[in-house]
Amino acid sequence: MKDLNTTGPAPSAEDMKLIKQFLEDTTLFLGPDPEIMQNHDLMERSPDEELAIGQNFDHHMIARIRDRLQSGCDEGYEMVEQMGAAPGAKWGDVITGIYTASGDLALASAGGVLLFSSVVHHPIKFIVKNWMNEPTVGVRDGDGFIHNDSRYGNVHNTDQSMILPIFHEGRLVCWVASTVHEGENGAIEPGGMPSMAESPSDEGLKMSPFKVVENYQIKRDLLTFLQNSVREPKLQLEDMKVKLFACLRIKQRIEETLNTEGPEALVAMLRLTMEDVRTEVKRRLTEWPDMSVQTYIIQDSTLRENCVVKVNCKLTKKGDRLIFDFRGSSPEFTNRATNTILGGLKGMLSQLFLCYIWPDLPRGQAAMAPIEVITDPHSILNCSYDAPNSQSLMSIFTGFTAGQHAVAKFLYSCPEKYTKVHAPTFNMINTFIWGGVSQHGETLGNLCADLNGMGAGATSNRDGEHALAPIFATMADIGEQEVNEEDVPFLQLVSKKMTRDAIAPGKYRGGQGYTMMVATKDSEQWGFMTTAQGAKIPPIQGLFGGYACGTYPLSKVKDVDVYEILQSEPEKFRHSIEEIMNERPFEEASYTTHHMGMGFEISKRGELFMISQGAGAGYGDLLERDPVGVVKDIEEGLISAEVAARLYKVVFDPATLAIDFEATEAAREEERQARIARSMPYAEFVKDWTQPKPPSHLKYFGCWGDDIDTLYMGAPDVTRRADTPKPNYMPHPKDVRIAELEARLANAGIDGGELQ
Amino acid sequence: MKIPMTEYLRIDLETEKWECRVCDHVIAPAEGNYKEGLLVHNRNPQEIHPPVIDPKMYRYTFAPDPDWVRILEFCCPKCGTQVETEYAIPGHPPLWDMQVDVPALKAQWAARGPEMLPDAGPVVAPGRAHSH
Repeated sequence: MKDLNTTGPAPSAEDMKLIKQFLEDTTLFLGPDPEIMQNHDLMERSPDEELAIGQNFDHHMIARIRDRLQSGCDEGYEMVEQMGAAPGAKWGDVITGIYTASGDLALASAGGVLLFSSVVHHPIKFIVKNWMNEPTVGVRDGDGFIHNDSRYGNVHNTDQSMILPIFHEGRLVCWVASTVHEGENGAIEPGGMPSMAESPSDEGLKMSPFKVVENYQIKRDLLTFLQNSVREPKLQLEDMKVKLFACLRIKQRIEETLNTEGPEALVAMLRLTMEDVRTEVKRRLTEWPDMSVQTYIIQDSTLRENCVVKVNCKLTKKGDRLIFDFRGSSPEFTNRATNTILGGLKGMLSQLFLCYIWPDLPRGQAAMAPIEVITDPHSILNCSYDAPNSQSLMSIFTGFTAGQHAVAKFLYSCPEKYTKVHAPTFNMINTFIWGGVSQHGETLGNLCADLNGMGAGATSNRDGEHALAPIFATMADIGEQEVNEEDVPFLQLVSKKMTRDAIAPGKYRGGQGYTMMVATKDSEQWGFMTTAQGAKIPPIQGLFGGYACGTYPLSKVKDVDVYEILQSEPEKFRHSIEEIMNERPFEEASYTTHHMGMGFEISKRGELFMISQGAGAGYGDLLERDPVGVVKDIEEGLISAEVAARLYKVVFDPATLAIDFEATEAAREEERQARIARSMPYAEFVKDWTQPKPPSHLKYFGCWGDDIDTLYMGAPDVTRRADTPKPNYMPHPKDVRIAELEARLANAGIDGGELQ
Repeated sequence: MKIPMTEYLRIDLETEKWECRVCDHVIAPAEGNYKEGLLVHNRNPQEIHPPVIDPKMYRYTFAPDPDWVRILEFCCPKCGTQVETEYAIPGHPPLWDMQVDVPALKAQWAARGPEMLPDAGPVVAPGRAHSH
């Protein structure tokens, strides 16, 4: 064997050049480029940028251009929001941005989903690297590129971007892009986010960045191909046009600047904006205390089955460095859709800083640029090319929450803060995804805007706001359900009614979520799915003694037509999940509960599907909560009197709710003493509590304790080294159920063998 | 100088100790895990997040599954204030959640001075003798 080893002198520089050229010439497939996909820092200054910055423009002029183009981005955002056909467009799951010639995101619209735009630098850099000098493609004035494949830089494949190069006198000066959560993309389930996907091939359209616009016209042959690949062909056309025209409006605003201030001023503004933000972020980090904060968030399902999936986070700040260490998080699932690409996680962390920590900074890529992120390869937060990721939101959002929880502990002691210290906001998209044939005969696949109704975490000085806004778009809307109902064949029979006792207690309580009850009415070809975790374990943590939220199931009522009941016996209808499920007012109906990962299911007319939005986390010791606030929550139907009295130890007259403050204080003091009496010293407690391995009754994925080098894979005796990828297949839930039933047959003495 | 690090905890830079901000109890060395100086209770999460629908009739009830997750409640051994909670998988070692570089903290605040101390903190509840 020794003879076969390569020995002798290392190849010369000329040889290396030849080898590189050979490899480039013989590349058979331009897949996602790790050099692009693993990097979120700014590109080096280009010669054009050096030249432009060298002109020493007046800072006020730079600021004026920035404001002008910020308005241009906002104008583009408004256009997409007003004209877009996708439900996501109407409530703000949209963004527009301006990127440097090298591809960095310099400015993004004030509204919309920053996360979307902060991953689009990847496909632009792919275009710059591969298509710019490719004779069969090229990049010219009037071109437009489309993209959706998350593996080339996207959150998930339901989002589509239109990307336009902007030229001035033949020179590329920047790019503009518009991104929309389109919904439908031809995946195995309607709506664009299939939880049933077991491989990337189940996830529908896989658009690597390609040219779909020439001379500002959408190419009809490619458009037809795309329309033919999805369930909503008209939406595909309309929104491609909308995104193109939004980009053209921003282009117009850029050209006005080019004509008045010149290209160097524009290029200098884009570069200096990013560099200034990067510098300011490092300055702000020096104000934080040097320390490490540890936390973990649990995903309690893959959306196909319940299990325990750890998102592990150690956040370390030293000097002006901030390092997110997510090592020890769950291995990726080879055949489940909840994995995310690393860029998606980083995009969501960028969202954390620009929406929750430093909202005063210009929205772009630069705030995240100096922050470091470490993950294990082929983990749920940094998945491989071959792993499905259509439900990446599950991992992106729980990763975000780990970051939000950890950052709060750094901010408390800082003299200067830019937002209040904040407990984690609810992080799951508790909504209905829907699809089928509408009452108008249209084939549709999309979702209810209610996913944007996440309850906010409490802050250091007040309660969290109810169903406020999603963690991925702090300025989004939850849309008009009645408008949506003109297009779809179902009604939300109960909507926006707060779910009582689904609480996150604290000195300041979390904002609560509301109930949604839907029932199909005017179609025999219509169904729903739900894609959220947190029916067994809360997906967030509380802060400083406050509690997290509870858990949120899916409830179904079948073998009933509630529309008939509303006509014939309306008094039987109830307006809360609590009443319907506990009282069972429809005699012949069946009532069941489920976790929130319901695969697409056809619904019959009048069957009820019921869920609730979740609460943000509580802040501080609940015994410090103002008794007046507790009673107000009772009056507003957020909490029952019994639960309020038991938890908050507030003493009040049950009839009038008049508070006895003295008795309350006495009850609270008694409870503090009771706490001391029932609790154990830490050292004594951990002796009994702490176990060397995960419990055998749970399918546990991820590290256990501080040993981040060993990842458990569903059982205490099945592990992998964190740095050594290994397949991680889950059995089909129906096969698991069949095996359970066969075992029962066998136990009953019935042979369920092959020949029976 | 005493630096408020959380709603209920501070670090005394002179003694290098974690202290309770409500009752001034000295909890633990500042370079260590403050939880080691607190009391712990293993709470059934259903006591905090009650079932909204009947657990005798349904598998999922809006209450967390106590076999899957517990709430570790950490309180001050002197005044009983709940300092922190941790939603934990049964048997998972409690986290050392704040590992502070004490010399760096001292240097940071030596440069700042006490006038920069943040004023956020627990509200003084009626009848309770603590202040900041």
